[in-house]
Amino acid sequence: MSNNIPVVQNILSANDQIAQQNRQQFETAGLLALNLMASPGGGKTSVILKTVQALKDEFQIGVMDGDVVAIDLEELDKMGIPVSLINTGGNCHLDANMVHGALPTIPLNDLDLLIIENVGNLICPSAWDLGVHLNVVIASVPEGDDKPYKYPAMFKGADVLLLNKMDLQEYMGFKVDYFRHGVEVLNPGVEFFPVSCRTGDGFDAWLSWLRQKISERDRAG
Amino acid sequence: MHELAVTQSLLQIALHHAKENGATRIKELNLVIGQLSSIVDDSIQFYWDMTAKGTIAEGAILNFRRIPATLRCNDCAHEFPMDQRDFICPACGSKRVGVAGGEEFFLESIDVDLASEKQET
Repeated sequence: MSNNIPVVQNILSANDQIAQQNRQQFETAGLLALNLMASPGGGKTSVILKTVQALKDEFQIGVMDGDVVAIDLEELDKMGIPVSLINTGGNCHLDANMVHGALPTIPLNDLDLLIIENVGNLICPSAWDLGVHLNVVIASVPEGDDKPYKYPAMFKGADVLLLNKMDLQEYMGFKVDYFRHGVEVLNPGVEFFPVSCRTGDGFDAWLSWLRQKISERDRAG
Repeated sequence: MHELAVTQSLLQIALHHAKENGATRIKELNLVIGQLSSIVDDSIQFYWDMTAKGTIAEGAILNFRRIPATLRCNDCAHEFPMDQRDFICPACGSKRVGVAGGEEFFLESIDVDLASEKQET
């Protein structure tokens, strides 16, 4: 005869507790933390480089890289940006504990903005809270306009969505309305920026929104 | 593949609740997994068997209650399964729909032997 003990606890509650600790550290440092998620090849690295390039004279920025393929660290190094490589051990996602372990390698108190580049994957990273302020999802035109329908969890959890490689839209037959409808159903009112890292189109809107968010965080800290 | 991390988290939660209730053995874990939550494959049992080895949960069975992802129409209140092509209400054709279910991801309960029962047998 078995006894049934009710539990009703989130399976990843251990992760969420550590995420809460990260959140506290980001708050104390008064910085804005971003978790950047996308498919492999969606443009995480390009968006980071272009964003850092544009904002590095206004804000102190740090980058944590959890992607298996090390991004062009040299380029960030040349810009004088503190960069930390998170050892994911080939994992499919970053979790709060990996980020927590890497926090001492970055001078948090000096930063206004911390960008965490997640592992290239549209499924797994969405389940793991890292303790950041904003989950940034980058979709890209060549991946197809059906991605919100195929990977709903990722789009549901986004705070801001960039649609990259807009310069290819006319060649790919990418239907922006169809894409946006899927996103709106999953995540009503999510911030949306169509951009092209290649041409720079759309970046002004993304950057001015991000500036605003960093300033709000600065004042809060 | 993050089944290992999931089983480690599960074990921690199950052992905690077992200890609090004075259980001597964990026999089953009842999980509720929504389609929109983290993908948890049935192969998780394999990882569980490795992770739980040497604990009071060794050999425990994982039971899954899977919750399909559903949408609800904001115009006619019809609820329907989320498919992977369009998010449009099949009853009235409205595009004003929202997510109604499928995000569940929790350990609902555990089935255990209690200390007192062990003494009886």
